[in-house]
Amino acid sequence: MQIAGEQLASRLWVGTGGLPSLAAVRAVVAAAEPGLVTVSMRRTSDTGEGSLLDTLRATGVPLLPNTAGCRTAREAVFTAELAREALGTSWVKLEVIGDETTLLPDVVELVEAAETLVRQGFTVLPYTTADPVVALRLVDVGCAAVMPLGSPIGSGRGIADPHAIEAVRAAVDVPVVLDAGIGTASEAAQALELGCDAVLVATAVTRAEDPVGMAGAMRLAVEAGALARQAGRIPRRTAARASSPTRGRVAL
Amino acid sequence: MKVHVNGEPRELPGPVTVQALVPDGRGVAVAVNGTVVRAAAWSVTTLGEGDRIEVVTAHQGG
Repeated sequence: MQIAGEQLASRLWVGTGGLPSLAAVRAVVAAAEPGLVTVSMRRTSDTGEGSLLDTLRATGVPLLPNTAGCRTAREAVFTAELAREALGTSWVKLEVIGDETTLLPDVVELVEAAETLVRQGFTVLPYTTADPVVALRLVDVGCAAVMPLGSPIGSGRGIADPHAIEAVRAAVDVPVVLDAGIGTASEAAQALELGCDAVLVATAVTRAEDPVGMAGAMRLAVEAGALARQAGRIPRRTAARASSPTRGRVAL
Repeated sequence: MKVHVNGEPRELPGPVTVQALVPDGRGVAVAVNGTVVRAAAWSVTTLGEGDRIEVVTAHQGG
């Protein structure tokens, strides 16, 4: 798949938040073989997290900094500017959160931040609600993709409203990346079957009983979902339809 | 000279540059009073009394 003219190696993107060690980060990325890896931008301290960057750079997977935790357009723009400076990438997963309980996007602030960042030359990938009208607004201001949520961040409830995801897919002509809510591999496959171009998973992998095992499952699920989408599912029918021929049955 | 680095008060011996504050700047971004200072300008940007400095890098995230 391509975003803003860049070819990405996989339709699976992974977040690193929640893993207990850098060794675990390394193992998960190796198993997932992701197209992008997300990171957050936080104050430095003496805990040696600088080596996270070394660990991720060694994998060769491109980094996608996020603006997680930002509550206003101004904060998000500032965080994106810091990320560009620290990581040398103008790509940003833009998050502007409305409240701490639901972690749902504040779409008014989001569109404003997106517009500002696009003007500053960023490649903006906004985390947004599964709403085709908002998605169109984000594309109008120049976003390179849209990232609708399946269900709230970290909830593991899967794709709460598949029709809304299909509506977003139908509304925009940029890549659609399902972000948030995925709990297990079948839900990642479903996102691709619904027409998403990629899936971002974090908690579903990092807090699984076996993160490396789940990372591998997600890799295969996303591949399966993309192949199924391409192959075309059968229409749903009310009545049954036999697949074995009715002619030539034995007589009793 | 007193400044704030990542929200913590810090006493500096006198006027110092951003470069002196962040000797190993790999993977790090610096902002002074809410404005990002590009790495190329670290050696010529001198910190002043009461400056609020943010030093950030990549952490695990989703």
